[in-house]
Amino acid sequence: MKVLMFGWEFPPHITGGLGTACFGLTKGLVKHDTDIIFVVPKAYGDENQEAVRIVNASDVTIDLEIDEERVYWDRVQYMEVGSNIIPYVGPEAFNKVTEEEKRASENFKSKVFSQKYEFSGKYGLNLMEEVARYALVGSAIATKQDFDVIHAHDWLTYSAGVAAKETSGKPLVVHMHATEFDRSGENVNTDVYAIEKRGMEMADRVITVSNLTRKIVIERYGIDPSKVVTVHNAVEPKEKKLPKDVNKPMKEKVVTFLGRITFQKGTEYFIEAARKILKRDPNVRFVMAGTGDLLHRMVMRAAQLRIGHKFHFTGFLKGDDVDNMFAMTDVFVMPSISEPFGIVPLEAMRSNVPVVISKQSGVSEILKHAIKVDFWDIDGLADAIYGLCHYDALSKDFIKYGKQEVESLKWENAAGKVKEVYVSAYQSYLNQSTNSQKNTNNE
Amino acid sequence: MNKSICLYFQVHQPFRLRTYRFFDIGKNHHYFDEYFNRMILRRVAEKSYLPMNALLLKAIKENGSAFKVSFSFSGIVLEQMEMYAPEVLDSFRKLISTGQVEVLAETYAHSLSSLQNAGEFERQVKAHSEKIEQVFGIKPTSFRNTELIYSDDIGARVADMGFNIMLTEGPKHVLGWKSPNYLYTNAINPKLKLMLRNFRLSDDITFRFSQQSWPEWPITAEKFVGWINNMPEKEEVVNVFMDYETFGEHQPASTGIFEFMKVLPAMILKNTAFKFRTPAEITKIHQPISAIQVPYPISWADEERDLSAWTGNNLQDDAMEKLYSLADKINATDDTALKQDWNYLQSSDHFFYMCTKWLSDGDLHKYFNHYPSPYEAYINYMNVLSDFIIRVDEKLPEASKLMNELIDNTGKLGQKIGQMASEKIHEAEKSVKDKFTETKKQAKPVFDDIKHMSDAKVKKLIKELDAEQLVIAMKDAGHEIREKVLPNLTKKTRQQFESLHEKLSDVNKKDVQSMRKKVEEKLKKFF
Repeated sequence: MKVLMFGWEFPPHITGGLGTACFGLTKGLVKHDTDIIFVVPKAYGDENQEAVRIVNASDVTIDLEIDEERVYWDRVQYMEVGSNIIPYVGPEAFNKVTEEEKRASENFKSKVFSQKYEFSGKYGLNLMEEVARYALVGSAIATKQDFDVIHAHDWLTYSAGVAAKETSGKPLVVHMHATEFDRSGENVNTDVYAIEKRGMEMADRVITVSNLTRKIVIERYGIDPSKVVTVHNAVEPKEKKLPKDVNKPMKEKVVTFLGRITFQKGTEYFIEAARKILKRDPNVRFVMAGTGDLLHRMVMRAAQLRIGHKFHFTGFLKGDDVDNMFAMTDVFVMPSISEPFGIVPLEAMRSNVPVVISKQSGVSEILKHAIKVDFWDIDGLADAIYGLCHYDALSKDFIKYGKQEVESLKWENAAGKVKEVYVSAYQSYLNQSTNSQKNTNNE
Repeated sequence: MNKSICLYFQVHQPFRLRTYRFFDIGKNHHYFDEYFNRMILRRVAEKSYLPMNALLLKAIKENGSAFKVSFSFSGIVLEQMEMYAPEVLDSFRKLISTGQVEVLAETYAHSLSSLQNAGEFERQVKAHSEKIEQVFGIKPTSFRNTELIYSDDIGARVADMGFNIMLTEGPKHVLGWKSPNYLYTNAINPKLKLMLRNFRLSDDITFRFSQQSWPEWPITAEKFVGWINNMPEKEEVVNVFMDYETFGEHQPASTGIFEFMKVLPAMILKNTAFKFRTPAEITKIHQPISAIQVPYPISWADEERDLSAWTGNNLQDDAMEKLYSLADKINATDDTALKQDWNYLQSSDHFFYMCTKWLSDGDLHKYFNHYPSPYEAYINYMNVLSDFIIRVDEKLPEASKLMNELIDNTGKLGQKIGQMASEKIHEAEKSVKDKFTETKKQAKPVFDDIKHMSDAKVKKLIKELDAEQLVIAMKDAGHEIREKVLPNLTKKTRQQFESLHEKLSDVNKKDVQSMRKKVEEKLKKFF
């Protein structure tokens, strides 16, 4: 089976979990006899192409003299540059965004419809412009490539997926890695919401990363439950050896949060729990790794609670630093208020770190060897952390069985489920076309 | 009338921290950015210290003993000069050897210890005086605190350390209608004289010299002299206190600051009644006009002239509280590396970087701050401090062992005291109970108590009873009671008693009981 897949990022050029998930999934799909053409807005040339053939959208020229492509003019015009749409920017970036927003909207049309377009492939200020252009590219690619199913990851690529479907008539599967409600709470960006909703409505199947997300998709986007399927994420087995020589230089237990420091991640609850524990037991250090719009507020809160000497901020970590962080960590905590899946705890468990996760995360649906608490239950959170820090029997079991559990969560298995979705979408597509053919014959 | 002008320059550069990450904690004990610190010191030396020293030296040569200036150097900047720019130190030595320069005392680390820890404050002042003596061969006698921080209390402590003159700010909110251009005294200890900074004239040079939007720009030596001459006739001490880096660094050479300073000394000497004097001379010549009340600390920083540049927000307060909580432990060790870092970490600059009041003095703060935000400054400082705390605790195995023992013993002592106390309480409780039952007994006397009564009382009792009652009550009474009662009977009653006793030999027990009760009622009176 041949799949035309639209993504926004691909390792090693990733900023969030989306790229990692796409990579794992495609690798798993190869084992299920699937060929994948993977389109990214901007390819750097050093992407891992062992499982996929990377197509660089920046290389695709659009010739508006060709009628097929001109048809798509009207379809993308509903998109306009909204303000404050960027989900992943920090405070400084935001200033830049607002400054240059005006300029962006002036150039919007002329740029999107130019013959060649250089994508940034980031989550920057031209995001909507890039999304629109990506849709055009989707349409163009669909005419040139041969495939059976279209698969689009997250809202950024939905317009491209829809365009490809409309151009080729092939079935569309959209993959909800996160909803706008997970990113923005109740203050959703209506443009993004509209793109998500339209993408799912146009799709033949919707894959959600957890039942939590499936519920949101059904209840808040009004999508027909019969076409929404949950396929939980998995985690790549560790290729590199765990760093062994990182002997922890401090005698205290280390408790770590790793993720974007935003409201949805529940970082405030982490700090409050830290305070409760430090009151009782000074032999613990807390680390908040990552960055985000709440970083400064969290720093101020830690200072206000006078725990600054035991509560550390590392900034954004990548590559080896993440591994080193896990190697030093005794307990990993993910107190998310809303988390469609949450792949980081799996990475922690893979690195022999016991985890505490909120019940409000998708990953809590599948994990057994993790302590699960409500994100708002600070006492419960503190209790769990303290227990894993001090009761060796508990942490040993969690480390041992947790690792086994994570290793059984293979992308190959998740990919198998995705393949089933492809097959059923393709089957109904075939049935439809034979039906319509029959109908035509009957006429 | 004697009129004095005091030019005083502050020389300080902190040891700035390198980017110290969480991963360094417990592993890497190297906190300071040598390259960066060296670079800045070299830059300031070339742009400011060296040319300005040359300028002052020339002025002293031209004007002879009429021109004098004062300096204070933090111990930390002297260390940096020793390491990175020894020629600057030589140039200062040359200047000081003219005898026209006074060097003041301050805290070694340019620290805020005066606000946090009296013992540490004293230690630093002492350490600083020693350093000055070691480097320049002179003993400072006048005092200026870090950033001219001053309060009544700090002043009193400085006086206790043996200084009789201290330099500080002359802010409007403290002075009110008063003028800074006199000598004042400390409100607690009048022996300490105070020189107050004329912030208008000082800031005209330090901040406004190159400010083209300022109506008075450009400022010339003539103008400056004019302002001095415009002051009320009676005002006698003008204190122009400035950062030494003003000349050539904050106000670059291109602003004409050096040209201004070149002509200023001669112009003042020629055109005004003021003579250049140092703080030590000023205390001898001028009389203080009154005490000045400064209950809350002031400084020369920012518009507020208070402590808000270094203290007051959570970042600063957390860092500072944590740092000074280590003072006792540091004093208990003689590890030189640890003590050195302890000094360097105390520099007020680290807390200045954490300041969040951006509105009024944001530009200035930005100028002095190499961190992108106060939050980064705090994070970095706390990472360093965390490692420092680990080292302090490790380097003090004996001290901490002692401490633990002490805590242990205190615990045990407490337990013992508790035990003893509870025993005592038990005892007391018991005795109270006993006493209580006794009193209760006394309050409700029983028939048997008769045996403890004095004969006189027994006689009285008997009088109240008739023989018959007595006989009944006495039936089956113990030997002791009989012995008590019978001898006390009158002859008559005794006869009656004996005759009745035989008759009533067979009264029933109930009657005996009720009769005894009656007797007991009577007995109440006797207790």
